[in-house]
Amino acid sequence: MDSMLQISTLHYLVLAAALFILGVIGVLTRRNVIIVLMSIELILNAVNLNLVALSRYWQGRPLQLGGGPMALHGQVFAIFVITDAAAEAAIGLGILIAFFRNKETVNVDEVNLLKW
Amino acid sequence: MNPPVATAFFFYFLSATVIIGGVLVITRKNTVHSAMALITALLAQSGLYLMLYAPFVAGVQIILYAGGIMVLFLFVIMLISIERTMKERQFNKQWLVGIAAAAALGALFIAVYTKGRNLFPNGRLQPTETQNTQAIGSLLYGQYMFAFEIASLLLLVAIIGAVVMAKKRI
Repeated sequence: MDSMLQISTLHYLVLAAALFILGVIGVLTRRNVIIVLMSIELILNAVNLNLVALSRYWQGRPLQLGGGPMALHGQVFAIFVITDAAAEAAIGLGILIAFFRNKETVNVDEVNLLKW
Repeated sequence: MNPPVATAFFFYFLSATVIIGGVLVITRKNTVHSAMALITALLAQSGLYLMLYAPFVAGVQIILYAGGIMVLFLFVIMLISIERTMKERQFNKQWLVGIAAAAALGALFIAVYTKGRNLFPNGRLQPTETQNTQAIGSLLYGQYMFAFEIASLLLLVAIIGAVVMAKKRI
């Protein structure tokens, strides 16, 4: 009971793992490209939650080990991941528009030109 | 310093919102409903960032993700017709294999976290009192200067790529 009420780093890591798996299920099972892209956003968010939680963990570590209150590298990396997510969304949606113009559909199963 | 009040309640509330939002994203038939669920999950996650004493990342999450990327998604959803997709099958043929693979990944996570739980100290995280935004800014423009410039180049490439992709004739 005590470990349920005392929120530690591990709680955040487990939540991020659950979110990651939801995203993986979405990518692997859905046919709609837009929902696949949104599931990729879910995965990136799970990674971001891990990064921020572990940055929080390092802030509580001693200075000699590279910790301390100024150990914000995880948060900086999370900002870079958000930048990548923005770039990925722009490119992915651009590809989606081009694909929809050619095939009049948004199903990933129809993307088979490069398949043998 | 007094310990924070009701941390556990807020953590479980926000986690439940994030997980329910994620489940709705991958199960809804209507894409707009999925996008709305994703926005809810992202806002709850920015609350989690606030609980982790990361106010700058929480603000970036709200402004960039919920405000920027999701508007882009909704814009594209409005551009393409969703009526026909809603009548079709929503899950592909290998959905069982997909869920099995995801379950295997979940089992791997569970194994790692049960084996490595002693690496993380139990109990409450100690709150730190620092100037978060200022510290992140000096890290971004100091130690991570090169990565920051590369990120701007990446965004430029993404802009050009999106324009080229969405153009009718190149």
